[in-house]
Amino acid sequence: MIRDITLGQFYPADSVIHKLDPRVKLAGTMVFIVSLFAFRAPEAYVVATLALAAVIRLSKVPLKFMLKGLKSILMILMITVVFNLFLIPGTPVLRIWKLTITQEGIETAVFMAIRLVYLIVGSSVMTLTTTPNSLTDGLEKALRPLKKIHVPVHEISMIMSIALRFIPILLEETDKIMKAQMARGADFDSGNIIQKAKNMVPLLVPLFISAFRRANDLAMAMEARGYHGGEGRTKMKPLIYAKRDKLAYLSMLCYLVVMFLASRSGLVERLLGL
Amino acid sequence: MSIKIEHLNYVYSEGTAFERHALRDVNLELPDGQFIGVIGHTGSGKSTLIQHLNGLLRGTSGAVYYNGRNIYEEGYPMRELRSKVGLVFQYPEHQLFEVDVFTDVCFGPKNLGLSPEEVERRAYEALRQVGLKEKHYKKSPFELSGGQKRRVAIAGILAMEPEVLVLDEPTAGLDPRGRDDILDQVAKLHAERHITVILVSHSMEDIARYVERIIVMNKGEVRYDGAPREVFQHYQELEQIGLAAPQVTYLMHDLAGQGWPVDTDATTVEEAADSIYAALAKKC
Ligand SMILES: Nc1ncnc2c1ncn2[C@@H]1O[C@H](COP(=O)(O)OP(=O)(O)O)[C@@H](O)[C@H]1O
Ligand SMILES: [Mg+2]
Repeated sequence: MIRDITLGQFYPADSVIHKLDPRVKLAGTMVFIVSLFAFRAPEAYVVATLALAAVIRLSKVPLKFMLKGLKSILMILMITVVFNLFLIPGTPVLRIWKLTITQEGIETAVFMAIRLVYLIVGSSVMTLTTTPNSLTDGLEKALRPLKKIHVPVHEISMIMSIALRFIPILLEETDKIMKAQMARGADFDSGNIIQKAKNMVPLLVPLFISAFRRANDLAMAMEARGYHGGEGRTKMKPLIYAKRDKLAYLSMLCYLVVMFLASRSGLVERLLGL
Repeated sequence: MSIKIEHLNYVYSEGTAFERHALRDVNLELPDGQFIGVIGHTGSGKSTLIQHLNGLLRGTSGAVYYNGRNIYEEGYPMRELRSKVGLVFQYPEHQLFEVDVFTDVCFGPKNLGLSPEEVERRAYEALRQVGLKEKHYKKSPFELSGGQKRRVAIAGILAMEPEVLVLDEPTAGLDPRGRDDILDQVAKLHAERHITVILVSHSMEDIARYVERIIVMNKGEVRYDGAPREVFQHYQELEQIGLAAPQVTYLMHDLAGQGWPVDTDATTVEEAADSIYAALAKKC
């Protein structure tokens, strides 16, 4: 039951997007998000929609999984829309009791909603098609220049990937210990807050011990295999750009140019004016 | 008085990309007082199956009856069931958390709402039955050896005085000596308390010596169910699903193949030795 949550992120599939270098996907996500906020014209959103749809199609991840992330921001989304709708002054369109909805309010609300939704879906594309480990690998490589100013890039990324690796393990462990204590008659659901906190002791103590034991074992195993930090360390699968990665960067550039031209064209206005 | 499982199915992570059908149409009847071995390759669904016996997992479909009552019934007293069907998980020493051994063993009976005297009586009794020396009772559980910790954890379940004791691979990770000690204690418990004991293992050798009935699991299904000598007759099929019959089974079949009048159904070394002596006596 608990395992569903963590594994829910990465969706294994055999697609071009999955195969892309994680750095490309990081950059692509960044470009997409910036483009959402940099251009305000309706034409820009048409371009963004097409691009997003194309990438989702290529990734072979079912749309259902892409939209899953939206559930968590539904509340924020609604609040944003409602506030924008009613609080932005301008030409009144509709009047409900004491509240007025304005032309400008509708526009802003719609744009904000689209931006938020695209932001989440856009980053979901990245997390669904990239394993956490390759993501940290990509980050490490992309941030390498920071080493010059003594930022411990390798160490940070190692910590991140170990932490990511441990999350599902610890969740599984929690599930197991909880069941084991329930078999001894423990009760994790009823009682008031103090009672509940007390009831957590049989879960938390073994969980901490297990986490320390695992950390200790891992440190030993790394040491035994000669790990000595990032200096001079080679990789089994070094990140090297392939042709498809270069094509992907090129597509990003095209995307930005098209978006720029589209937002200058005034196409939508002309169409509406006709 | 028994456990009955009907058409039980269980699917992990249903409806996601990680769906896993772990139990398929399992039907079993586990009468009182039996000493049962559940055996199967890793991933065959043994642990999943036994977690249904005390309601920790709820079948995706099917039913489990405890003493004739369906445990999936509305308002079934689940916590009472968990005290009646004691489940010792794999690596149970990982669940120890109290400051000392004795207090940890008291955790189970205390949760049953018993009087302090009764709780202590049961804890003493349980620790005695798993054969832990009294000098260890006030030690921190983390000072003990692996085998001792495991005894403490088993005592923690025994102290609830269950009617059915289920042990999930109780010998995993122990040395041969520790393994024999634990299994002997379990056999003694079965004899002393007359409770049903269900022993999960992936080693035939372990199980064959003790149990009166073997349930073989494969890919979530019950493949064979019967007395050890019946099950071991399928030793060739067992090999195909990654299990091996005890070594004596192979020896006896080889000898029989060479014309010795030995009993191929012998399941333990002692039985095999007797049968070979008898055969030798006949030949000479
Ligand atoms: N918490 C879980 N989430 C998803 N799948 C699981 C979980 N636990 C076990 N499984 C899967 O169910 C199957 C049966 O596992 P299990 O009952 O643990 O087998 P066994 O105890 O015989 O080794 C395995 O394929 C395993 O991967
Ligand atoms: Mg198991």
